[in-house]
Amino acid sequence: MVGPAPADLVARREAASDSVVEVRGLVRDFDVSASWLHRTLSGEPRRVVKAVGGVSFDIRRGETLALVGESGSGKSTIAKMVVGLLPPTAGSIRIDGTDIWDPANAPKLRDLRRRFQMIFQDPFASLNPRWRVRDIIAEPLDVFGITRGRATRDRVGELLTTVKLTPEDGEKYPHQFSGGQRQRICIARALASEPEFLVCDEPTSALDVSVQAQILNLMRDLQDRLGLTYLFISHNLAVVRHMADRIGVLYLGGLAEVAPAKAMFRDPRHPYTRSLIDAIPDIDMTGRERTPITGEIPNPLDPPPGCTFHPRCPFARERCRREVPRAFAEASGALVACHGVEEGWVGQAPAGQKAV
Amino acid sequence: MTDAVLSVRNLVVEFPTRRGILRALDGISFDVGPGEILGVVGESGAGKSITGSAIIGLLDPPGRIAGGEIRLKGERIDNLPTERLNRIRGKRIGMVFQDPLTSLNPLFTVGQQLAETIQHHLRLGERESRQRAIDLLAEVGIPAPEARIDNYPHQFSGGMRQRVVIALALCAEPDFVIADEPTTALDVSVQAQVIQVFRRLCRERGTSAILITHDMGVIAEAADRVAVLYAGRIAEVGAVRDVLKRPLHPYTQGLMGSIPSLTGEGERLVQIPGAMPRLNAIPEGCAFNPRCPRVMDICRRERPPLIDADGACVTCWLYDERTEQPPAREAPAVGRPA
Amino acid sequence: MDVREKLVQRLSRRIYAGWDSDLAHSFRSSPVTIIAALVALTIILAAIFAPWIAPQNPFDPRQLNLMDGFTPPGQENPFTGNTFLLGSDGQGRDVFSAILYGARVSLFVGFFAVLFSLVLGVTLGLIAGYVGGRADAVIMRIADVQLTFPVILVALLIFGVARGFLPPQHREAMAVYVLIVAIGLSDWVQYARTVRGATMVQKSREYVAAARLIGRSPFAIMSRHVLPNVTEPILVIATISLALAIIAEATLSFLGVGVPPTQPSLGTLIRFGQGFLFSGEWWILLFPSLTLLALALSVNLLGDWLREALNPRLR
Repeated sequence: MVGPAPADLVARREAASDSVVEVRGLVRDFDVSASWLHRTLSGEPRRVVKAVGGVSFDIRRGETLALVGESGSGKSTIAKMVVGLLPPTAGSIRIDGTDIWDPANAPKLRDLRRRFQMIFQDPFASLNPRWRVRDIIAEPLDVFGITRGRATRDRVGELLTTVKLTPEDGEKYPHQFSGGQRQRICIARALASEPEFLVCDEPTSALDVSVQAQILNLMRDLQDRLGLTYLFISHNLAVVRHMADRIGVLYLGGLAEVAPAKAMFRDPRHPYTRSLIDAIPDIDMTGRERTPITGEIPNPLDPPPGCTFHPRCPFARERCRREVPRAFAEASGALVACHGVEEGWVGQAPAGQKAV
Repeated sequence: MTDAVLSVRNLVVEFPTRRGILRALDGISFDVGPGEILGVVGESGAGKSITGSAIIGLLDPPGRIAGGEIRLKGERIDNLPTERLNRIRGKRIGMVFQDPLTSLNPLFTVGQQLAETIQHHLRLGERESRQRAIDLLAEVGIPAPEARIDNYPHQFSGGMRQRVVIALALCAEPDFVIADEPTTALDVSVQAQVIQVFRRLCRERGTSAILITHDMGVIAEAADRVAVLYAGRIAEVGAVRDVLKRPLHPYTQGLMGSIPSLTGEGERLVQIPGAMPRLNAIPEGCAFNPRCPRVMDICRRERPPLIDADGACVTCWLYDERTEQPPAREAPAVGRPA
Repeated sequence: MDVREKLVQRLSRRIYAGWDSDLAHSFRSSPVTIIAALVALTIILAAIFAPWIAPQNPFDPRQLNLMDGFTPPGQENPFTGNTFLLGSDGQGRDVFSAILYGARVSLFVGFFAVLFSLVLGVTLGLIAGYVGGRADAVIMRIADVQLTFPVILVALLIFGVARGFLPPQHREAMAVYVLIVAIGLSDWVQYARTVRGATMVQKSREYVAAARLIGRSPFAIMSRHVLPNVTEPILVIATISLALAIIAEATLSFLGVGVPPTQPSLGTLIRFGQGFLFSGEWWILLFPSLTLLALALSVNLLGDWLREALNPRLR
């Protein structure tokens, strides 16, 4: 829905601060067309899904930026591109000023890789079932040549203690642990190379709530202790609010709104953000009034023209159907991509939005 | 409660394995009143889905009901032969599963599937059945039901499909519906819509239901009462408002505290140490005792009974009159920070 | 605790864990499998220790006496007074000894043919599955083409071509190795296909992403991460194709294109034996055939059991 946020705008706003990650105009297309033979025979055109359509953001040192979105929002695709697992179609990703996808920087990449790591969604798939836990955690130590032999063993024990497991646990295999413990092992592995930036792709969505609390607390403790910077990907707004300093809301591959976490929950600007916050179940039983969003996420193969949210938006007008909104900065510090907010016909406090 | 639509008493479900018998459910008891939605909530392995499967007689082998009884409007259904149970399923008990595609046949239009069920169970003619099916689709909020009724399941989106399944579960006018994680596979924004539809339909038709979920949010949205399961046992049963706002059992208190709040100041989450025991290593006495912040001697020795406390039922020795200091409800040691 | 004690303790725990594992349990509860294992093990051990077990070396002309020819099993030869457990053939060769030495050749060819096709197939399968794209397309198309020809035909072709290239004086000596390559080359496709599929599943797992993230090379990921996770299907295929390779070797030898007559395998023995069937010397054909049948069947049954026992869906 958002055209590329004007890079100069983002740059101006972020220039003063110390950014670990700078993402500019990130685009990723997936070719989902049938095979060449099939296409030629049936005369079908190539089909391309725009999973991410021009996303720009910065992550400052020591902060947690959360990207929140539903399925098809492109949040995991962004995570993969940021850590270098998936090449972008266009745009750039700089970590500590180095463009990680620029072939000219390939020699620098080996050292740079030490500085960022990733925590994955599924703790049952992210640990090699045939490896002992100590070998799993030692792998980055070996590969980066950080420690050898006895020192590696001590370091692995130390890392296991950091995530509140015991050094003896290193002798076991992943299947001997519960989901929460496995996620701790993943965190220990991620910390092995002493990174400063961690991408966390739905790190707790496969876990039970009580275990989720343990992992979220651990992640925050580690951030305080080690001064980590997080890119936190989630579909769960409550978790995001708990973890993030700033939140970016993704819809169909574009950023709808980026704002400080507290401000966003106090005063969501974009209509999609409003409806997402409205959709959170009222677990405190406050009796807060809610208007659930209508409709469903459109097929990304055939996205609506103009603002991609307009078919579901209660405020949509003619302009939204025609023109892709660009991100603009609000006085409050939020970046919003919405014609209605920009022109002021999306009210300050629309129906259904109460103090939360 | 004699007027309960569904009544479960001391239900025990066992899975014999070659390393011994695992007790997946151990003495579960609850009632569901007329028109009531009972939420059954628990973490993975607590036995919530097995409760649902046991009630409809669809336990995966080698699981078996090893004790207790299940009554539907006073009639025992836990020991029925398969054939009679098959007649009860669908007609008297409707079912909604997590994956809507398990309930829908991909080879028939949703109209055919709905009309056939209606015809079969309600003994209506073809035209009336079809009309009834269209009405139902409209009721579950499917736009243009006259046109959509001739579509195949794959032509619906995930949320719409789950609405169709809800229509299918309710079309035979069952006494009772079991919904097992009906919204888990859906997106957040769609989840709220589907839960609302489910709740509205049960309300309008006075259908009782069990709503099985791991998500306290879904419970808060849709249920009237809630049963909290832990390690195959009931920790607490009570009105949703009470259990969510003022949980009695230390496990429920911890559970509620561990959910990130939308109102708090980003404080640390309450965390329950450790993890739920595996079925082959359930501790003696109260199953929660090794993780409980308020554990007493008796908890390690004896299993607490279901104790009436303040309108709710809780299996915790803290609320037994014999224990020395009955705790104040307002000041739990662990709990949701206000 | 000293090191030795620790070692013993760890070892005994290992053995116990192995015995108590699900695999061992499923083995113990299947009498057919136990019998198959005993039969296969007996034949394999007898073949390995043939020089110590066999009463004579059937291929040493000095040990043969033409007068012993065509002695029926268990009967005394009227001229020499020798008895042969399973009879003797026209040259006075002890059939029992010939079977032991023949099984040795059959198993040798079968084992190394399987090893050859396994290494080839697994390597190509890993590359096709992990690298994907063009490499995948090329490897799998070759595999498809090869699959359209019967295994024996492919082996015959390779065998024929190889013989054409070898200098005549080496043909006899190299025949066994040519046979191994011929059977091996005709059988790599199923490894490649299975490993490719399994590799594609493993590749999508996050532990592979974690290894890529720290800059591990594709070779390291394939060999250290993916390979250990695709061994179970390989083991199953290898066991079943051992039986098939033994039969393929027997077929080729029976057709006269296999091992030379100076070094007969079970297949060669059967070929010799069938000439005597209608003249009444049935034992020369029957006993090698029965041995081949028992060997192939028991190894196949073991493979079947392994497939069932390792199948997560049936567990």
